[in-house]
Amino acid sequence: MPEVDAAYYLILAAMLFSIGAFGLLVRRNPLVMFMCVELMLNAVNLTFVAFSRDLNDVGGQVNVFFVLVVAAAEVVVGLAIIVAVMRHRPGATADDLSVLRG
Amino acid sequence: MEFVVFVVAAIMVLAGAVGVVASRHPVHSALSLVGTLFSVAVLFVLQEAHLLAAVQVIVYTGAIVVLFLFVIMLLGVDEAEELDIEPIAGQRPIAIGLAAASAVLAIVVFAVTTDGATGARSATAELLPEQVKPNINQIAEVLFTDYVFAFELTALLLTIAVVGAVVLSRSAGGDFEPAPESVLAKTQRETAEAEQAILDEVAAKVAAQDAAKEAAASQADEATEEAADA
Repeated sequence: MPEVDAAYYLILAAMLFSIGAFGLLVRRNPLVMFMCVELMLNAVNLTFVAFSRDLNDVGGQVNVFFVLVVAAAEVVVGLAIIVAVMRHRPGATADDLSVLRG
Repeated sequence: MEFVVFVVAAIMVLAGAVGVVASRHPVHSALSLVGTLFSVAVLFVLQEAHLLAAVQVIVYTGAIVVLFLFVIMLLGVDEAEELDIEPIAGQRPIAIGLAAASAVLAIVVFAVTTDGATGARSATAELLPEQVKPNINQIAEVLFTDYVFAFELTALLLTIAVVGAVVLSRSAGGDFEPAPESVLAKTQRETAEAEQAILDEVAAKVAAQDAAKEAAASQADEATEEAADA
């Protein structure tokens, strides 16, 4: 069996990031678009941990911590915005939200 | 062994990611997201990032996905989305092209052209094996020394996020608007109203009967009194 080195994780992360980016471009439901952003953030986390092990450095894992915090803050504010928008226009998709004014 | 675990986890990561993008139903997307996030936690364990694996499960699958599901249920947007129609012509081929190009570019850069990461090794601190020093101690030491200012900033960021969420979820007038009546509450209210109407009707009938009886009784009394007088 081949030994799993950092390249395996990096390729997997690249594929995960691309799927997330594709979903963000294609899907119209704002909630699903948010989930695709989460996929992309997770791909970056995977890259950080792989490089951390490859370079034998704790810094990569600490950075994953900060990414997690920023992701949590982003989800909280983003979902609050979605709730505020959906109250005014139920069932709105990304196409309906071309202007910021309610 | 590591290879087998990696392959299984990688398949689950990619299957979950495809599930997020391809599901018509937002709830199915959220549940596929759980699969992906959990498999990423498995990959963290495989790379001996034990603390991050635990945090991944607790914060992502425990808090963030629950928040997603909560908002889906709150807004009632859990109806299936029509994925066959394509509102912007040519959007999907372009998106597929861009995603494939970025994936191929990243794979070529990571795997083919270089022999792994370049740069200074162990610049922050050396990553020691778990037996020498636990993972959580290593991260904590770096987090509270080199990265302490960034750590303080995350506290500020989280405070701002909480305040922002509270401000955004209030209505513009400053007061909370009454929530729209749910289906269950509406059914319960209608049932209660119908029951009340039936009860009122029965009570009215009983009252009318009582009144009629009383009237008859008083007439009978009067009749007997008149008879006695006579």
